[in-house]
Amino acid sequence: MAVPSFLARERIIARPGFNRWLIPPAALAVHLCIGQAYATSVYKTALVADFESSLTAIGIVFSIAIVMLGLSAALFGTWVDRNGPRAAMFTSACFWSLGFFVGSAGIATDQLWLLYLGYGVIGGIGLGIGYISPVSTLIKWFPDRPGLATGMAIMGFGGGALIATPLSRQLMGWYDDAYVASGPGANLASGDAVAKLFLTFGVVYLAFMMFGAFIVRVPAEGWKPAGFDPSTVKAKSMVTTNSVSAANAIKTPQFWLLWIVLFCNVTAGIGILEQASPMIQDFFRENGTSTVAATAAAGFVGVLSLFNMGGRFVWSSTSDYIGRKPIYMVYLGVGLVLYVLLATIGSSATWLFVVLAALILSFYGGGFATIPAYLRDLFGTYQVGAIHGRLLTAWAAAGVAGPLIVNRVLDTQGTPGQLVASDYRPALFIMVGLLAVGFVANLLVKPVAAKWHEPKADAIFTDTQEAKVTR
Amino acid sequence: MSTSVGNHATQETTHTPVGLIAFAWALVGVPLVYGLYQTVKTASNLF
Repeated sequence: MAVPSFLARERIIARPGFNRWLIPPAALAVHLCIGQAYATSVYKTALVADFESSLTAIGIVFSIAIVMLGLSAALFGTWVDRNGPRAAMFTSACFWSLGFFVGSAGIATDQLWLLYLGYGVIGGIGLGIGYISPVSTLIKWFPDRPGLATGMAIMGFGGGALIATPLSRQLMGWYDDAYVASGPGANLASGDAVAKLFLTFGVVYLAFMMFGAFIVRVPAEGWKPAGFDPSTVKAKSMVTTNSVSAANAIKTPQFWLLWIVLFCNVTAGIGILEQASPMIQDFFRENGTSTVAATAAAGFVGVLSLFNMGGRFVWSSTSDYIGRKPIYMVYLGVGLVLYVLLATIGSSATWLFVVLAALILSFYGGGFATIPAYLRDLFGTYQVGAIHGRLLTAWAAAGVAGPLIVNRVLDTQGTPGQLVASDYRPALFIMVGLLAVGFVANLLVKPVAAKWHEPKADAIFTDTQEAKVTR
Repeated sequence: MSTSVGNHATQETTHTPVGLIAFAWALVGVPLVYGLYQTVKTASNLF
């Protein structure tokens, strides 16, 4: 599918002297916007009341969006790699904003299916394309620090929720005088206020993402940062200088091992993230009453958000120094130990519970941010965006599996609001098992066999070109 | 704004304006700082 010439990859090839530090804000402009997807809880109850529906019916909107993220990233990954980041960011901006506009129409006219179609399906496509759009570009601009580069962008996805949550409350307060976010006089926002919020987000996100689309550039073939010696990359056994196409990558055991790694890491993280607020209250319940107030529980969710975001940047950057495989051994191995501690001694002190959960969430974020660099190490830069897109189906699957495991287990243990720490143990030990599976899968990852490598003449990042670069 | 669009075949050297880089970082940095501040404020309720 051809794109208009102003979006074409050929139009955005950087000339010598271009400063690569303009690329991270371009990527962040997209990820900060699409990260709003994790802030839907802020108006979820208002939508339940407005549609006179159930939490499940409204919650499906978010589930559709995440499933569409995985599907569209997998389906459009090759298109994104072929047409470049500007076309991808532009398309993502159009879909993401259109999703808000259609969703707003659905809320304003009380038609839930329009909300499903708008925010869920159309917005979800924007999410998937937007999520992968800057990844391969960043990896090519930062061959010396790919973990840092992708960590910065994917940190933006976590940051997007941090911005959208308070901003939504502020805007709904402006659009509905009766709305009180929390406290004794708490009052839900009207459907009209949420519809206007969606319209506002549609306009603001369109402008922001377009800014990213128009400042982004791709490096010229053979470009390398000053002082960077590609032979140092080649020297690491788990880092290839060959290229594997997306079509071939999914035929390799390495791709499916990483799929399992990502699935296990995300499922385990979501287990805590999904239940964070009631979980801390349940862990410290004595004689039917929790010692943790609702406002403190909200604070706990805030702490987790900060660690989720920080982990994306810190751990992914660390992986540039210690390697991708070792850092996943930390995420999964240390994460496993932390989960065991959470299940066994987590209820002995609030501070201990918070520290353990925060570290687990930092590994969850780190797992997301490091995976593109891991893919680049194994499959090269050739079609890393498309391969990353296909791998994100693991996220979509984990988005369904994680909450399902936790909710199913808790349903068998008792009634919400009366649960205690021991009721969470079965779910937490299932997560321990999953992390063990992920740990083993990561241990089995070896360099990709030469038979999957692209012929040197066709490859984008060949030894010959590298030799040219090093001259 | 554009620093690299054009006939790259000529390989003309370009210079990205520092102001543009600062503006781009501010545009993403300011909302991020706002979000961080609000989240830290909420998180402080825990302690």
